[in-house]
Formats: sequence, structure tokens, C-alpha cells
Amino acid sequence: MNYKFKLPRLFSAVLAAFTITVIISAQVRAEITVDITQGNVEPLPIAVPDFVFKSDSDAERRFSTDMAEVVAADLERSGLFKPIDKLAFISQPDGPAVTPRFNNWKPLNAQALVVGEVGIDKNGALRVSFRLWDVFSEDQMTGLTLTTTQANWRRVAHIIADKIYERVTGEVGYFDTRIVYIAESGPPEKRVKRLSIMDQDGANHRFLTDGRTLVLTPRFSPAQQEITYLAYFNNQPRVYLFNIDTGEQELLGDFPGMTFAPRFSPDGNSVVMSFAENGNSDIYVMDLRTRKRRQLTDSASIDTGPSYSPDGRRVVFESDRGGSQQLYVMSDNGAGQKRISFGEGRYATPVWSPRGDLIAFTKIFRGKFHIGIMRPDGSGERLLTRGFLVEGPTWAPNGRVLMYFRQERSDERGRGGMPRLFSIDLTGFNEREIGTPVGGSDPAWSPGPLIQ
Amino acid sequence: MRISIPILVAAAFALAACSTTGDNSGSSQSTSSGKSEVAAAPAGSKPGSQMDLSINVGDRVLFDFNSSALSRESVTTVTRWAAWLKTYPANSVVIEGHADERGTREYNLALGERRADSARDYLVSLGVDAGRVKVVSFGKERPAIAGSNGNAWAQNRRAALVLAK
Repeated sequence: MNYKFKLPRLFSAVLAAFTITVIISAQVRAEITVDITQGNVEPLPIAVPDFVFKSDSDAERRFSTDMAEVVAADLERSGLFKPIDKLAFISQPDGPAVTPRFNNWKPLNAQALVVGEVGIDKNGALRVSFRLWDVFSEDQMTGLTLTTTQANWRRVAHIIADKIYERVTGEVGYFDTRIVYIAESGPPEKRVKRLSIMDQDGANHRFLTDGRTLVLTPRFSPAQQEITYLAYFNNQPRVYLFNIDTGEQELLGDFPGMTFAPRFSPDGNSVVMSFAENGNSDIYVMDLRTRKRRQLTDSASIDTGPSYSPDGRRVVFESDRGGSQQLYVMSDNGAGQKRISFGEGRYATPVWSPRGDLIAFTKIFRGKFHIGIMRPDGSGERLLTRGFLVEGPTWAPNGRVLMYFRQERSDERGRGGMPRLFSIDLTGFNEREIGTPVGGSDPAWSPGPLIQ
Repeated sequence: MRISIPILVAAAFALAACSTTGDNSGSSQSTSSGKSEVAAAPAGSKPGSQMDLSINVGDRVLFDFNSSALSRESVTTVTRWAAWLKTYPANSVVIEGHADERGTREYNLALGERRADSARDYLVSLGVDAGRVKVVSFGKERPAIAGSNGNAWAQNRRAALVLAK
């Protein structure tokens, strides 16, 4: 059975060379499931041996090991899988087309087995197949064959990890995604900030700006190879568009003062942002095709941090109109503004989950910062993590994992206060640092690719 | 978390003056207002320059936590800014608004803007042409003083007057 993979344009350029075939029907009965809504689950033991390779070329040998490592690392970092130490393996698999000797994997308590194969065609294309086996029921669970350029090998490994995650958890995978964030270096008074991009696991890191201009709060477009962010060109803070392919930057709108806090609409056709004037910040939306702007809020207060619901019909934002920072929801034309946060403390940086069911936020309460979630009506508040400063949650495209930044108290010379990126599961478990070359803040997860 | 303001404001002023003065100070007159003192700048700070502003006038006002209200000291300082700007009519300025690190980034950008505007509004009310005064917010991005402590936070919650280039 073949599935068509519909990929968003954000990644279409890279993926042009991909041919993807699902080789195993998803109808196969299998016993293994992981319910990821249940908090601290026991990670599923999984064996990911080096991929089998056909010839004995150095390139194939390298891909064999490296791809298995990337797949295992993705699964391990999710907190839901426990890859088994390769040294314990009794045998190596013969290839995806051959039924494994399950009795060699049962003693290791491997619940699942990933059998991969790599080969390089005469024309240099990388061909990768894999199958996922349920060791104890001896069933095939899923599989995939991909042909692409050798340069895409990491992405292939992430796509395989996504297929495994999806088959076992029933949720969309998030390993074949990217992060845009702000790289930070230097002392606090002269902090250098650079727009940066990397894969979800920290690989393929690239600085997109040179650090001469202060840049903040990037967000991915859901439809284009574009980022919207705040830059201080000529010491004037304004919202810009940044083209990832060309490096071109474009001022968004001709506002007479500071524009900030930009986010794309879910269809990518507009950008919602704040405009500050006379000590008062209101929320505006700009249509990227007509370049017309429309004012959504008009209060003598700070209205900022807008974020669309995934259907684009509502916007959550923060405002201090009631005396302190709180969260409000309105319709996409500004009507029906209604406060949703009523707990103690200040609420900021609301971000609507891509699933629509939750809103993540930063909460300042009793001198500490927290990352939390609540339903769009304000009920069911849960705090996931806290610290001297934790701020700016962003959702993985499957709505199960959040990334944010954390900063510790600095001494009087500014030491110890460099921010770093972390991820955490919606359950509040599996908090992990995402390694970056220098400090990191303001992470934003790419919205896809969503495979349909 | 809250810091007692009046004492700290005074302390911060003394500190700011010291730190920017360098060797030849003459800062004994620096906090009194009026054109005559402004004109009598000490050697090393050219009249009408940024250094003149820092040493003899005071180039910043401080704010309470999450507030943009001008304190009595700040009103005095902004009054001196007005006098200085009338003395040097060719000068244009930028008021930079800042916040401490104990807020979220985007809110603090708006708060910095609100503080800078608060100072600008008062300055303009004293007769300074609004066209000579721009504002820019840096939120929590450019602290004056490093460190996560009450003194640093108090000095970082500021609006600073900077001579436009």
C-alpha cells in the first residue's frame, strides 16, 4: 500500500529530491503501544542496531552507524523509548526484508526492533529502508523506503524516528522539525544576539545574522521559508520578515513607532503584532498580500504577545488593562475580548497549542517564573516547571512537547546568567536541555512538516 | 522584591555621576539645576555634549518596579533636561526606556516604551519641541548594571537621555 506524503512548502525545497514509499500497511495488528498522556511512563525498550548495508563502501558503513544513532537518540530524547545498548546485542539483523530471529531479541527484553538498510545507488542517491517489529508478538508494525540525496541523511533518520513514534504512540512525530532561536553571547550590558536556526536535536546549526544588530523573538512562517522577528536596525525596533533561503530582510509596515511581538497567522497570510505609541501598546494584524493593517485592540494599556488559535478564528494575548499582566482571548477581528487567567500572579507570552486544546504561558508568581498550560477558557491550569527565570514556551507541532528558555541568577559581574534552551513534555516530565553553541533564548518550533 | 525607592534613586545618581565622570570630576555642583551651572561645565566635558549631560545634568531617571510614573527626583531631573535643551537648541535627543530582568521580554519592551514616553511627555510639557525628542525602548535587553540583585534591578529600571547623532 502506498501513501502520498503531502509536505508543506516550508520544507519543499529540501524535500524536492525525496521519494517516499510506505512499504508496510498500517493495518497490521501489534501489541506495543505507549500512552503518552499518562505522565511518567516507563520508557519502551527498543533495539536500534546499525543499519544493514549492501556494498562495503565507507559511505554506506558511515550511514549505517550514524543513522541508527540519530534514530535512537530521537527516540531516547522523547522520554518514551529506551534504546538498548548495542553491546548487548546477540546478533545483527539480516535486513528489513528478512524476518528477524526474535529469540535473539527477547532475552534483551527488547519490545521493539528497528531493522534498517542503507544503500547508495550508481547515481549517488541514498536509498534507505526500515521496518519496525514487535518482538514479542513477532509482527511487523510499520516500514518505509526513502530515496534522497546523501546530504539529507539526517532528515531521513528523523523521518524514520517519526514513523516509529507515530506507530507506537498514535501521535504525530516531531523529530523532522527545526528550531529558530536567538543565540546569545557576551556580557549582559553588551549582549550579542544572533538569529539562528538548527534541527530539533541541535544539529545543522546555522547563524542567520552577524550579531551587529539586536534581534529578538523569531517565529516561523507556516507556509514559506520565512521568519518574522524583531530587529533594531538603526536603533529602531521594528518587525521584519527574514527569508531563510536568500537571507533577505524586509521591513513589515510603515508604523511610526516600535512594532514587536510578531506571529504569523496559521495560513501564513498575515502577521499579528504589537505597535507601541504614546506609552500604549495595541495589537494589529497586517495582511501580507495587501499590506493593509487592521487594529484589533484599543485600550490604554500594554496589549501584546498575540497568538492565533490553529483555526485562525481567535487570538490569545496578554494585557495589563486590569492592573496586571493577564491573558485574554478575542475573535480574529478583535471582538469579544475576554479575560481567561484568574490565578494569582502575572501571566504572559500565551501560545495556542497546534492541537487547539491548550494555551501555554509564562507565569510570574511569588518571585519565580513558571511555564504552565491552561485550557482556552482558562480552566485546568497546570504549572510544568519553574525557576529564577523560565520564559517563552513554544509548542512542538504535535502539541505534546514544549520548548522554552531558562536563565539562572547572575552575580554582580553578570556571570552565570546566560540563558539556555530546554524542552519538557506536556505531562511535566522529561525536562531536557537542548545544546546550543552559545547561549540560547526565544526558541520557536517549526510548524511542520505535517505528513498527511 | 520591591525596593525602597527614594534612597536608591539618590544613591544611583551619585553612582552614575561617579562612574561616568572619570578623573576630573567637579561633580559637587552636578545635581543642582539652572542654566548657569549647566553653562559652567568642567574641563573635559564640552558644553552641550553627552558627557556634559551625564556629569552636570544627570542623564537618567529611575522607576519603581513595573511602573512608569515619574518620582519627585525624576521630575527634578527632567526639568534640568528641559533647561539643558533650551540652552542648546541645536541638540536633539533620544530617550531610551529600559526595564529590569524580572519581566517577560515583550512586556518589558512595552514597559520601556511607556517609561521613555512618560519622561518625554513631561519634557514636552515643559516647552521642549516634541520634534527634538525621540523615544526608543530596549526592554530588558541593555541593563546598565549586570547582576541579579535589587540594586542592579533598581538602576536598570530607567529612562536615559542620549544626544542624537
